[in-house]
Amino acid sequence: MPEGKFCNKKPIDTAEGINELLSDTSGNNYYKEMEKLEIDSDLLWKTIQNTCKSRIRTWLEICAHCGMCAESCFLYQVNGRDPKQVPAYKIQSTLGEIIRKKGKVDNKFMRDTMEVAWAKCTCCNRCGTYCPHGIDTGIMFGYLRGLLYQQGFVPWELKIGAGMHRVYRAQMDVTDEDFVDTFEWMVEEYEDDYPGLTVPVDVEGADIMYTVNAREVKHYPEDLAEAAILFHIAGENWTVPSKGWEQTSLAMFAGDWAACKMQVETVYEAMERLKPVRMVGTECGHAHRATVIEGPYWAGRKNGQPPAESIHYVEWLAEALNTGKLKIDPHKRIKEPVTLQDSCNYIRNHGLKKATRDIMKHIVEPGYFIEMSPNKEHNYCCGGGGGFNGIGLFRKQRNIALITKRDQILATGAKLVLAPCHNCWDAIRDLEEEYEIGIRWSFLKPIVIKMLEIPEHLQPEE
Amino acid sequence: MHDLLTGLFFWIALGVCLIGMIVRFIMYFKGLSWRLDRVAYTSYPAAGFKGAVRSIYKWLIPFGTYGWRTQPFITVAFFGFHIGAVMIPLFLLGHSLFLKEKLGISFFTLNATFADILTWTVVVSAFFLVLRRMVLPEVRIMTTLYDYFILLISIAPFITGLLARYQVGDYSFWLNMHIFCGELLLIAIPFTKLSHVFLFFASRAQLGMDFGIKRGGMKGTKMAW
Ligand code: HEM
Ligand code: HEM
Ligand code: SF4
Ligand code: SF4
Repeated sequence: MPEGKFCNKKPIDTAEGINELLSDTSGNNYYKEMEKLEIDSDLLWKTIQNTCKSRIRTWLEICAHCGMCAESCFLYQVNGRDPKQVPAYKIQSTLGEIIRKKGKVDNKFMRDTMEVAWAKCTCCNRCGTYCPHGIDTGIMFGYLRGLLYQQGFVPWELKIGAGMHRVYRAQMDVTDEDFVDTFEWMVEEYEDDYPGLTVPVDVEGADIMYTVNAREVKHYPEDLAEAAILFHIAGENWTVPSKGWEQTSLAMFAGDWAACKMQVETVYEAMERLKPVRMVGTECGHAHRATVIEGPYWAGRKNGQPPAESIHYVEWLAEALNTGKLKIDPHKRIKEPVTLQDSCNYIRNHGLKKATRDIMKHIVEPGYFIEMSPNKEHNYCCGGGGGFNGIGLFRKQRNIALITKRDQILATGAKLVLAPCHNCWDAIRDLEEEYEIGIRWSFLKPIVIKMLEIPEHLQPEE
Repeated sequence: MHDLLTGLFFWIALGVCLIGMIVRFIMYFKGLSWRLDRVAYTSYPAAGFKGAVRSIYKWLIPFGTYGWRTQPFITVAFFGFHIGAVMIPLFLLGHSLFLKEKLGISFFTLNATFADILTWTVVVSAFFLVLRRMVLPEVRIMTTLYDYFILLISIAPFITGLLARYQVGDYSFWLNMHIFCGELLLIAIPFTKLSHVFLFFASRAQLGMDFGIKRGGMKGTKMAW
């Protein structure tokens, strides 16, 4: 049985297809079928010849096998310094091997490679900054995932996730109507507390077009209301698109580049349609990476920029606090030890460390903010990045991966962790569940709302 | 024999090395693709240039980066090996005289004692690089025979050069061996992992551009290598 009913090389393009795959609980049959899945070696080798050019080839060739990248990888550290977790070893024994064998690898090899690509690397790119040759193993793993996806060797949840983007242009089955309805409903809930609060849908030429993570719509609708409240109090002229509102990309984690392109293009179309001055995305790291950092290239935009200037939520918030659009009541600032999680996707990979530190200055009483060690661009992955959080098959490995962050947090002594990233937030929640170290964690929006000074004219009439 | 080694073979070795390096260097940059690499190389030359320069020079300074600082042992061994490996072939008095005679060019020359010290440092550092490969599990797991082979052909000119220098046994035999090993090394550079001698700059420049253009450089954040 070369191509299975559940596990095969075909991407999922229909709602029925998604439901069918979802009906296979935990992907049990999917993974069983994967053991028989055949490799299309010709296609694999042809793809490599067309897409693996001097950058990656040179990295693989000149790697000195010196092991300087070993210590930089949190997965190496946290797995008992297992030599099999050295970044260079991981990539040489997978992608390197596929290339040396010109694509002629067997099923067992591909399944092992799938485990390395999704359970032994979160694409955090930390090792890339510690290699003397400038070899970025995280980038190569991203590339390898694309090859594995093409051959059908991809974790069940991510195959579904990529399918969601293809069908719904969202990481979950949230339709455009669901999005607008939920947003409007949430805003209504808060109208009494914040007179005049609205959600402007599809307004052309607004200063800000806001995009979200579909999870917020489905599971955390409060977050939408909070975003509306903060824009409202800051007096922003903002809007949301009724189509092209989803910023995330599980397709990026899956290595489904075609779906990545489809997804970001809907957001870019919204920008082109509504012509906002800027786009602001929610507190999510990978969503920012997908739509703002990598997306332009998937969409074939040669200057590497989205159609409208696009910033992360922390950039907007820092700006609003710095310029006084939002004012914090100094008495309400955080007065307990608090630490901050730096998301790899927009700190290491987009240089936004100053924005988050500015925010901390405004919202934390001086002396109470404790940096993790290491921090900023040298911070470790939360433990659940790159799709790791969502893959049931690798849950055990993921839980081990959380230990790094657990120990970093414990070392700060803080009981409150601010995590302006959905993935990090999830990982920290899971690490509390798993290891019970007695911490609380939060996005920035709810924390900031509680300490705002609300201008007279925006306060509810008694 | 000596004439052949310092004549025809020398020209072949030098030619292959230089032309090989130039061709591969050009091919590297031609093989970069804004779309596949997802870096808008040509749209932001200034940001790219700044990132590239910083990415290279930071790593050329001993203990100049986080990477070097976190691993002092290999840092010392690496620089002990490489300072000599780059300086000796170019600036040794014996080499200078030879190059002057052959090519009519000469760079500044190293003081003889200093050259001895550098050379011994290379040999001792190479010993520690080998030791490291055998002892540390995280290095051993990746080490192949090929890695030892590269170390061997890198160190051979130094060992034979020293044997000639101290006239251990037959001077002219060791000198010929030395020149042969040196030429072998030159020829190996474009075709083996030793291509890092120049591709190091290409690879570091590429990652520097990546960070300089796309991953924070244009947000005003310099990568803290
Ligand atoms: C400007 C020129 C050069 C640069 C920038 C350079 C850079 C590097 C780097 C970054 C590494 C990997 C890091 C490491 O092993 O710790 C390396 C390894 C190595 N280089 Fe070079 N290199 C240069 C010239 C040379 C030359 C001329 C030789 C030979 C004579 C050489 C021989 C080696 C060897 C044998 C290794 C592997 C070391 C090991 O086994 O750990 N390099 N070089
Ligand atoms: C390719 C042509 C080469 C020629 C014709 C050549 C020639 C020479 C000569 C004439 C000497 C002086 C020996 C003496 O003391 O009487 C010498 C020494 C030496 N050469 Fe070369 N060489 C070549 C390549 C290299 C290379 C590629 C390296 C290293 C990577 C190297 C490293 C040395 C060393 C370490 C010494 C001894 C230094 C000392 O005085 O301590 N040579 N070479
Ligand atoms: S630090 Fe760089 S050169 Fe050394 S083993 Fe790791 S990837 Fe290879
Ligand atoms: S990208 Fe991150 S997780 Fe992956 S090998 Fe490098 S340091 Fe480890």
